[in-house]
Amino acid sequence: MNQQANLITTGKVWSIPGGIHPAENKSQSNATPIETLPVPSELWLPLTMHIGAEALPIVKVGDTVCKGELIAQAQTGISASVHAPTSGRITAIKPHPFAHESGLDAMAICIESDGLDAWRKQTPWKDWQQHSAEEILERIHNGGITGLGGAGFPTDIKYRNKHAAVHTLLVNAAECEPYITADDVLIRYYAKEILMGAQISQMLCSAETIIIGIEDNKPEAAQAFREAAKELNLPVTLTVVPTKYPSGGEKQLIQLTTGLEVPAKRLPSDVGVLCQNVGTLRQIYRTVVHDEPLISRITTVTGKAVNKPGNYEVLIGTSIETLLNQAEAHLKKAERVIMGGPMMGFAIPDIAAPIVKATNCILAPTKKELPVPMFDNPCIRCGMCEQVCPVNLLPQQMLWASRNRQLDNAALHSLPDCIECGACSFVCPSNIPLVQYFRYAKGEIRQEEQDNRKAEQARIRFENRQARQEREKIEKEERRKARAEAAAKALAAKKEAQPEGAAPATDAEDPIKAALARAAAKKQEKQASAASKSIDELKADVEKAKTKQAKALERLAEAEKEGSEMVNALRKAAGKLEEKTKSAELALQQAQEQSN
Amino acid sequence: MLSKTSPHITGSNSVGKVMVTLLLTMIPGFACLVYFFSWGYLVNLILASATALAVEAAILKTRKRPVLFFLKDSSALVTAALLACALPPLAPWWLTVTGAAIAVIFGKQLFGGLGQNPFNPAMVAYALLLVSLPVFMTTRWANVDQPSSLLESLQIIFNLSASGIDGITGATPLDSYKQNIARLTSADLLVAPLFNGQWPIGWAQVNIAFLIGGLVMLWRRIITWHIPVSLLATLAVMALLFSHDADAKVPVLIHLLSGSTMLAAFFIATDPVSAATSNKGKLYYGAGIGLLIYLIRTWGNYPDATAFAVLLMNFAAPLIDHYTRPRVYGHTNAVKGYKSDD
Ligand code: SF4
Ligand code: SF4
Repeated sequence: MNQQANLITTGKVWSIPGGIHPAENKSQSNATPIETLPVPSELWLPLTMHIGAEALPIVKVGDTVCKGELIAQAQTGISASVHAPTSGRITAIKPHPFAHESGLDAMAICIESDGLDAWRKQTPWKDWQQHSAEEILERIHNGGITGLGGAGFPTDIKYRNKHAAVHTLLVNAAECEPYITADDVLIRYYAKEILMGAQISQMLCSAETIIIGIEDNKPEAAQAFREAAKELNLPVTLTVVPTKYPSGGEKQLIQLTTGLEVPAKRLPSDVGVLCQNVGTLRQIYRTVVHDEPLISRITTVTGKAVNKPGNYEVLIGTSIETLLNQAEAHLKKAERVIMGGPMMGFAIPDIAAPIVKATNCILAPTKKELPVPMFDNPCIRCGMCEQVCPVNLLPQQMLWASRNRQLDNAALHSLPDCIECGACSFVCPSNIPLVQYFRYAKGEIRQEEQDNRKAEQARIRFENRQARQEREKIEKEERRKARAEAAAKALAAKKEAQPEGAAPATDAEDPIKAALARAAAKKQEKQASAASKSIDELKADVEKAKTKQAKALERLAEAEKEGSEMVNALRKAAGKLEEKTKSAELALQQAQEQSN
Repeated sequence: MLSKTSPHITGSNSVGKVMVTLLLTMIPGFACLVYFFSWGYLVNLILASATALAVEAAILKTRKRPVLFFLKDSSALVTAALLACALPPLAPWWLTVTGAAIAVIFGKQLFGGLGQNPFNPAMVAYALLLVSLPVFMTTRWANVDQPSSLLESLQIIFNLSASGIDGITGATPLDSYKQNIARLTSADLLVAPLFNGQWPIGWAQVNIAFLIGGLVMLWRRIITWHIPVSLLATLAVMALLFSHDADAKVPVLIHLLSGSTMLAAFFIATDPVSAATSNKGKLYYGAGIGLLIYLIRTWGNYPDATAFAVLLMNFAAPLIDHYTRPRVYGHTNAVKGYKSDD
């Protein structure tokens, strides 16, 4: 009894700044059990369902595959494999609509189902404890597991990329986005499998404690965890955090449950925490123990345009349309279909796109339910955005700086720390799409950094070449000197051999000549060094001018493409830059000629 | 153009709603002003509102901005209401009209309209009027023991009164205390009808009513506590430190409960456009105003100092903003000043 009471401890809840309380809208979809979608006739499996390099197909059109068979292999580095979600025939490997804001197609493998749903040979590891961590990680890697919470980061990398000793495994069960209930329902039905996944995970990262972070609006799920932990005799800390968006953000949940802050630009493991979403943990269990790769997931389908909202177990690769039809969605009523939640999800350009590994929710709201704001007022500096930012940024000042493209403004200094949660946009009384500006500015900053890095690399290359040339010059000089010395010695030897009488004349002549020669040599040396220095500078100038000109031309081309009114101004600027480049080159040439 | 990116839900907040709530929370204080002093306040409010709306519409039109869209946000009404509360109730009509026009034109639209003005528009107008027309701005206050009727107020405001205005106008308690404390004792002063033994009757109620309105705004999360609290606390501390001798200087209670103290603390200083932004910055900003109010009231030439104190701190707000950025998650220090490098 006593032991059982100690098994589940209640964790301390720390506070995080900001946060908002949007209408939860979860009850529509979490009341019914998980429904399994029938195997569709056709599945499209994109090769880029994860963060990192795309998987490389290992099948050809016409091949037959079994359920669970590898069809595209992960590349080395950050990448994840893709498996056949059902048995059938490969009918195409070509670009297919893909759920991404850009609306661009992505390379995908199409499987025509044979209706048998026949598994490949499986080798379950009931006694997974008998296997080494390396073996288990390999199995996770081969199972194509990526984070199921939304980001889609390859899971095995998370265990391999540790920088410090992990003391805490944090189970992310917060699910703070409105509407989404996939994790909530998953926990209610599969709490035990999740905790078994957590056990495996704990062994892999050798964490001392397991903390489960869950919002207080999911009492059933919390209870399910308690019971499962008892059954497994697994000591866990259950931390029930107040419902507040975005408490489920990885960094926010770490702060809420441990009080630790992940330093900027670092990983959670730097503070000894490894965070896993519940869905991912269950998949780890399924893959390691039952040898089932990641081929299906639980996805919430909800919104007022959906008649049968709920959670569906879907094969990866099923088209969003098929899923919406199964949930009896009225697509005419839905003004747009959103993948993910209303706070961080994005409108899908084409519903022929397939469900991917990270699709936790398909939201089909009516126009009235989630109206698209039409106008944005000017910022009234009310500061409400600042009050809700979970990372203590000053959205209003960042807005100002990013609108004016002041990328080096101090307010934008911390822009990379913005988690794009959208809380600021949510509260803004002027309806300003702040996050949109921030995403744009982030892109610009990244671009600038890349450019800088390129320039830096060019500079280093240039300097290396300079150094090499310098070295060669010195060597040449030394060789010349050695030769001259040898010649002088030979001369001296000859002189010695000459008759005495001639000597005084040469003697009288020689010192002056030698002195003159010395002075001349010195002068030349000086000149050469001055010239070479300025040549260096000139070369750098030319380089700079050239990059500037190239950039200007790029921008000009862009402007021309868009038909912007800036074209004329840009053209003028480009012309000027060309002149500058030419004059820099000329100066360089002259300098070079002089020094030669 | 807005694309359909996240977030797809927004709160029910809108600029219009914020402004309307602000106007509603001003009602108790305003009602007290009318009840205890003069109908002139109401007349001023109507004059100021009509002028502000008309001028705003005209300028929006010449600037080719959507007129109705911007008028709907009611920010011009807020400016007008603040001005109406601040001006003497029995000021001639043209003073109020000029004030409202100045507020909208020079205080707001010349800077680019809502959200662009570095200074509080109502205070810009008030200060300009005070400097250029000091007589009208200091003598046209209503007497608390003889509240003027609507008719009387109208007569005075529109200059139709046959009799003089001396009978029903008077000084404010702050002014009167300051003027007379040199020759009288505090006890002598306080028995006057203006103070009724303890505190400035009428003004005290008005201030308490504005305080209540301010608390409602806090509760509705339209403002945060930082500015009012730091402002009032600084004013009180200054008064306790330097005015402990009630026979020499205006005591703390009269500082807090008379003049435009509460109006300033909750409604004027909290105007977000011209205030500091971060929470820490707001504390400094509010404290600065409180300090200046005390200094100007005590050693300056103007009896009530809100307008100048607020305007001076408006100047300082951008600087305060640059030095009070909060520490961002995952960083050890906050970024300070104008430097952009680490
Ligand atoms: S919430 Fe909107 S209006 Fe208010 S300060 Fe932030 S950006 Fe400006
Ligand atoms: S989107 Fe960025 S700036 Fe806005 S509240 Fe979230 S973290 Fe803060």
